[in-house]
Amino acid sequence: MPAETATRADVLADVPHEPGAPKPDPIVVVDGMRKAFGGLIAVDVEHLEIQRGVITALIGPNGAGKTTFFNLLTGFDSPDTGHAVFDGQAIDGYRPYQLAGLGMVRTFQLTKSLTKLSVIENMKLGAKGQRGERFLPSLFTPLWRRQEEEIEERAMELLRRFQLDHMRDEYAGTLSGGQRKLLEMARALMVEPKLIMLDEPMAGVNPALTQSLLEHVKRLPAEEGATVVFVEHDMDVVRDISDWVVVMAEGKIIAEGPHSSIGQNQAVIDAYLGAHHDAPLDPEQEDEWLREDRLELGDVPPLREEP
Amino acid sequence: MTGIDWGFILNQTLARSLDLNAAVYALAAVGLNVHFGYAGLLNFGQVGFVAVGAYGMGLAITLWQTGPFVAVLMGIGFAVVFALLLGIPTLRLRADYLAIVTIAAAEIVRLLARSTALRNVTRGAEGLNEFIGPFRELSPFNPSLLYGIGPFQYRGSQFFAIVIGWVVTLLTLLLVWQLMRSPWGRVVKAIREDEDAARALGKNAYWYKLQALILGGVIGGLAGMVLAIGNATIQPDFFVAPLTFFFWLVLILGGVGRVWSPVVGSIIFWALITFVRNLGRAMVNEGLIPTSIMDTSQVDQIQFWIVGVALALLMVFRPQGIFGSREEMALDAR
Ligand SMILES: Nc1ncnc2c1ncn2[C@@H]1O[C@H](COP(=O)(O)OP(=O)(O)O)[C@@H](O)[C@H]1O
Ligand SMILES: [Mg+2]
Repeated sequence: MPAETATRADVLADVPHEPGAPKPDPIVVVDGMRKAFGGLIAVDVEHLEIQRGVITALIGPNGAGKTTFFNLLTGFDSPDTGHAVFDGQAIDGYRPYQLAGLGMVRTFQLTKSLTKLSVIENMKLGAKGQRGERFLPSLFTPLWRRQEEEIEERAMELLRRFQLDHMRDEYAGTLSGGQRKLLEMARALMVEPKLIMLDEPMAGVNPALTQSLLEHVKRLPAEEGATVVFVEHDMDVVRDISDWVVVMAEGKIIAEGPHSSIGQNQAVIDAYLGAHHDAPLDPEQEDEWLREDRLELGDVPPLREEP
Repeated sequence: MTGIDWGFILNQTLARSLDLNAAVYALAAVGLNVHFGYAGLLNFGQVGFVAVGAYGMGLAITLWQTGPFVAVLMGIGFAVVFALLLGIPTLRLRADYLAIVTIAAAEIVRLLARSTALRNVTRGAEGLNEFIGPFRELSPFNPSLLYGIGPFQYRGSQFFAIVIGWVVTLLTLLLVWQLMRSPWGRVVKAIREDEDAARALGKNAYWYKLQALILGGVIGGLAGMVLAIGNATIQPDFFVAPLTFFFWLVLILGGVGRVWSPVVGSIIFWALITFVRNLGRAMVNEGLIPTSIMDTSQVDQIQFWIVGVALALLMVFRPQGIFGSREEMALDAR
């Protein structure tokens, strides 16, 4: 795996550490995307490219617009203005199910396990192109039984990897919070995504499960060939698994770069700590801050009301 | 005083529990079960689908002189169009929009059917009658004979519709059972629980909800056709709003989201109503209930109170219905 990580990081070696930096092989390109709720501009992204095959972390204080940005990209909300291209295709106005069909799959900040379906049914729901999902063919079991078996096999494989196979016939509602996050991620993988967007996948997961969840995310590019974008507040996690970090504040992209470059970035410090912080932090100081949990980024309230 | 004739009351109770109305209510509730039990759609105007199905079939014969089978197809077609009219504008919106629109639409159908403007078409409050000829010709039963076994005796004139009603009901149960064990059913159940989760996984929630609305509506339409054939008439004022709530009652009695529950619910509903009505009448006749408190005509109103109380008790002691799963109910609370 280290070799893999090395090559992943290499791809981005020449990319400048600045907002909107062009990437060698972007899977997502966003231009001029804006969304306002009443007077509040929730998202205002001038230009953003997301590199294919790597893990990109999207960080920023609460209310920065990360979830809204996810919603805009995945068709759950529509931007006031702006364009997005996914995998070479313009996707403006696409609906969520169409985007999932193209290979863009998301999870939600608040877990959406379907509690009254069993774990295995949750998984099978994710599979694409099911013949039995069309009304007339669904009436004739022979038309979809074979495909159903194949899907079930794939689902079981994933469940084993996510250590949920012993729960296969339980209602998903009986799983713990962490197990639900695992299930939601595994279910998203059933779609065979090219891009998987995880909104706070570690939130509310107990520490014992966090590590295994992280390992799964880390392996997604290599094992599933998926590009990963995830929202996370814990800087340790970001450092551990991301190849690239994008920082949002007040709807804008304010910084980009590998995690090592983010801590010293003045704009980021301003966004998290208040606008008029003067002394730049060196990496050691930054680590100090992090260890003391002072930069548990999510816990800092948005600072837009600063004079 | 001859005492209460328990044999008669029991006979009546059994006979009515499988009678035309029981089949019609069961069928209408199967449709509601598809809507609410599986797809989570709030349809408070199922009686509208029942009416539209009946009128579609009736008008096909009275206006266009079609044969009975084409007429049934017309009834189905009317129900499909009605579902599209209700569903297309509302199913992208929050669930309550459909609820509001269905209540109103069902009432509009009834008022349109009895309106003087459409007098030449629907015959106003009088309703349609001449459509019955072709169905009488199809019936193998002699209208003046009694058919059935034991307490279950029905006049030949209605027996045809009763048989058709229950056969169609069983066929729709089979259909629902197959659908709900298929991947189609999985998507629909997922949408009922969390539409966004289903959409994020590539399912076109809108289209599935529309399909479910059409399917449940057509089943409601079939109920209307069975009713029309059985009663040999289609009258607008039969299709009043409270009927929808009896269909709901039947569904909830049996247990929402279970294949068999509409049938069991309907049989119990009609048995209960008949038992209470006949016992009440007998008690008034026997002087056990003084006429100063209640006369026989008032018994017919009291029966619904008692059914209401029974339903309330059911909700207290078995909120999941007779067939429902308590385990599943408990998951809601988490
Ligand atoms: N549907 C909405 N209506 C009004 N305001 C919203 C809505 N969704 C988000 N917002 C606001 O937009 C801003 C960005 O929110 P969000 O995208 O959830 O931030 P993040 O995920 O980064 O914490 C917040 O100020 C939030 O209150
Ligand atoms: Mg968020």
